[in-house]
Amino acid sequence: MTHDTHDNDTLVIGGTALTSRLFIGTGKYGTDSLIPDVAGASGSQVITVALRRVDLANPKSNVLAHIPPHMRLLPNTSGARTAEEAVRIARLAQAAGCGNWIKIEVISDSRFLLPDGYATARATETLAKEGFVVLPYMNPDLYVARDLVNAGAAAVMPLGAPIGTNRGLRTAEMIGVLIEEIDLPVIVDAGIGKPSQACEAMEMGAAACLVNTAIATAGNPVAMARAFGEAVRAGRAAYLSGAGPVATGTADGASASSPLTGFLGE
Amino acid sequence: MSMYDVVREWTPRVADAPLRAFMDATTAGDVARVLRKERLSPYDLLTLLSPAAATQLESMAHRARELTVRHFGRTIQLFTPLYLSNHCTNQCRYCGFNARNHIPRQRLTDEEILAEGRAIVATGLRHLLLLTGDARQVSGPEYIAHAARLLAPLFPSLSVEVYSLTDAEYALLVDAGIDGMTMFQETYNEALYPELHPAGPKRDYHFRLDAPERAARAGMRSVGLGALLGLDDWRRDAFFTALHGHWLQRRYPYVDVSFSVPRLRPHAGAFQPAHTVSDHDLVQVILAYRIFMPSAGITVSTRERADLRDNLIPLGVTRMSAGVSTAVGGHAVREQGGHAARAQDGHAAHKDVEGQGDGDGATPQFEISDPRSADAMAAAIAARGYQPVYKDWESVLDGGYGCGIACAARRTPSGEPVGASTPAAPRATA
Amino acid sequence: MTIRVNGQQTECETGTTLLQLLERMALRPEAVVVERNRAIVKSGEYGATRLDQGDELELLHFVGGG
Repeated sequence: MTHDTHDNDTLVIGGTALTSRLFIGTGKYGTDSLIPDVAGASGSQVITVALRRVDLANPKSNVLAHIPPHMRLLPNTSGARTAEEAVRIARLAQAAGCGNWIKIEVISDSRFLLPDGYATARATETLAKEGFVVLPYMNPDLYVARDLVNAGAAAVMPLGAPIGTNRGLRTAEMIGVLIEEIDLPVIVDAGIGKPSQACEAMEMGAAACLVNTAIATAGNPVAMARAFGEAVRAGRAAYLSGAGPVATGTADGASASSPLTGFLGE
Repeated sequence: MSMYDVVREWTPRVADAPLRAFMDATTAGDVARVLRKERLSPYDLLTLLSPAAATQLESMAHRARELTVRHFGRTIQLFTPLYLSNHCTNQCRYCGFNARNHIPRQRLTDEEILAEGRAIVATGLRHLLLLTGDARQVSGPEYIAHAARLLAPLFPSLSVEVYSLTDAEYALLVDAGIDGMTMFQETYNEALYPELHPAGPKRDYHFRLDAPERAARAGMRSVGLGALLGLDDWRRDAFFTALHGHWLQRRYPYVDVSFSVPRLRPHAGAFQPAHTVSDHDLVQVILAYRIFMPSAGITVSTRERADLRDNLIPLGVTRMSAGVSTAVGGHAVREQGGHAARAQDGHAAHKDVEGQGDGDGATPQFEISDPRSADAMAAAIAARGYQPVYKDWESVLDGGYGCGIACAARRTPSGEPVGASTPAAPRATA
Repeated sequence: MTIRVNGQQTECETGTTLLQLLERMALRPEAVVVERNRAIVKSGEYGATRLDQGDELELLHFVGGG
């Protein structure tokens, strides 16, 4: 008997029900004017942005102008090197009128760009108490994830591989641990380079994937966005359907070795 | 979400009619599918407890053995029970220590506790399980803690299987060097429970249900759970027992969770179980526990026959008792050459009543079926290609595992208790 | 008077409001968020915020990011 169902499969974060499980970014596009078509092709409902000082010499650019109005903005705290800076950036993003979602990103190692788990947890706690819907970017570490749960995070966003590397699910084993142990949506963020990798993450039971670089730097970003949207849907459907049997050494060996329950008779 | 919430959520789903409907609809193919999965849902667990799965025990056994060897190696940890007192104020209808049974009541003195301890140490056993009846006036938490302090120099690991305690009382036991507790809910069927426990403090279903959590919170390193199979439909009670373990493991990840599989068996004149649990059923429960929770310990007591226990060794069992007496003072009495033939087993709440007429001042809580000594048990384990482990664990720090880690696990990064903070943003669901 | 905007020294007339400064810099008020001496200025209060000598302003806006 199967009790899983595909009906009404929504991802609820911070009280918002999402039907798309692909989050996209706005960084690294050759031209921001591609963003509306990318967003449309991906089917995504959540899009990340960053907050930066206005370049006083060239103040005109405004990424928000390119984002379809129905999309939920997920500002990140990129540039923050400490918990305090992340909190400051989050409050500024909220003051900018873009809602109360925040992707916490605290990185003080500029070579590997790996997130600081302790600072991330502290910033998460402060902001969750202030009413933010906090989605922290993290290394897939079980203890950090538990700290984030205790801190009031709305989801956890483990990296599949270091940011921007497109190397795929190098941390698959550890992400699997989080999916098993953590009672929050696990959204794979960073490292996903190909639709097949996003699909794999979803098959494993990830709640969503965030893909920026792989779409923005593709030869045809709009077509790649569509491919990612389809891959995420396929992976989710596969997860909900339950994988069929795979022949393994154990299964084959079972009949060959001596019976373990023969003592019970029939 | 407390365990009580889990029970309330699942009780209607596994009531007689929906449970039967699920079982009828489950096929051998469903079982095969579950056996290929890495992570099992509660419905997968039910599938493993189904009649369809009963036809697939051999495949389940191979999966269980593989998981057990992966997590525990080929080892069986040995322990033995020490009954401190059989005074009891409860009237559990299935128990030999029932307050209404007119049996000699006894509580060990300091000298007797040490005599029992020395007799056990002489057999090589190092893991000890302390048991009492439920009589706070006679064998209160202070008495149990005192006994633990007497025995701590002799045993690297002390566990208790006693009545439900409060947070502070579990902390007292942890402080006295006790690192494990076992608590059998007997049955998770909240409607049936009061019928079986007509009087006494144990009548409080909810207080008993939450006892393992209180123990975990107090810093107990290992927590054992069990249902007395046969009181209710064993499939339902096994299901809830496993859910309880899974819930506890997730909430208190530093705890070693284990399951015991005591079962009632019919015999003349004694309490008649409502549901019989055959050897075949027992094996199915053990395999389902193992496959559902690969990292959980599984304990099989000497309530089971020697030949069956030996056959269970490769199926997922990790702990077995040996050299057992379920009578107060039974170890030293035996050492003095008196009653070797009446060896009995631990697991406090699970008491067949056969032994109650025994008028020698050492009435057993229930009759055991495997009287083998520690040496004989170790030899039987070795004969199956497994290693008997006498000492698996010793606290590195004085004062034991303590509350530090227990408390740390339930705090926010800034050190506040979880749940005590100001209203947070709406939480998400996966 | 002299103030600092995004780390750069900037001259402006005494009594200038934040809104006037933004207009002078050709910035749309709704597209930026402003920190004045580390405190966030609410977007509705730009016109009522008179700048003082030595004020430190941070003007931020959203850019592409992942």
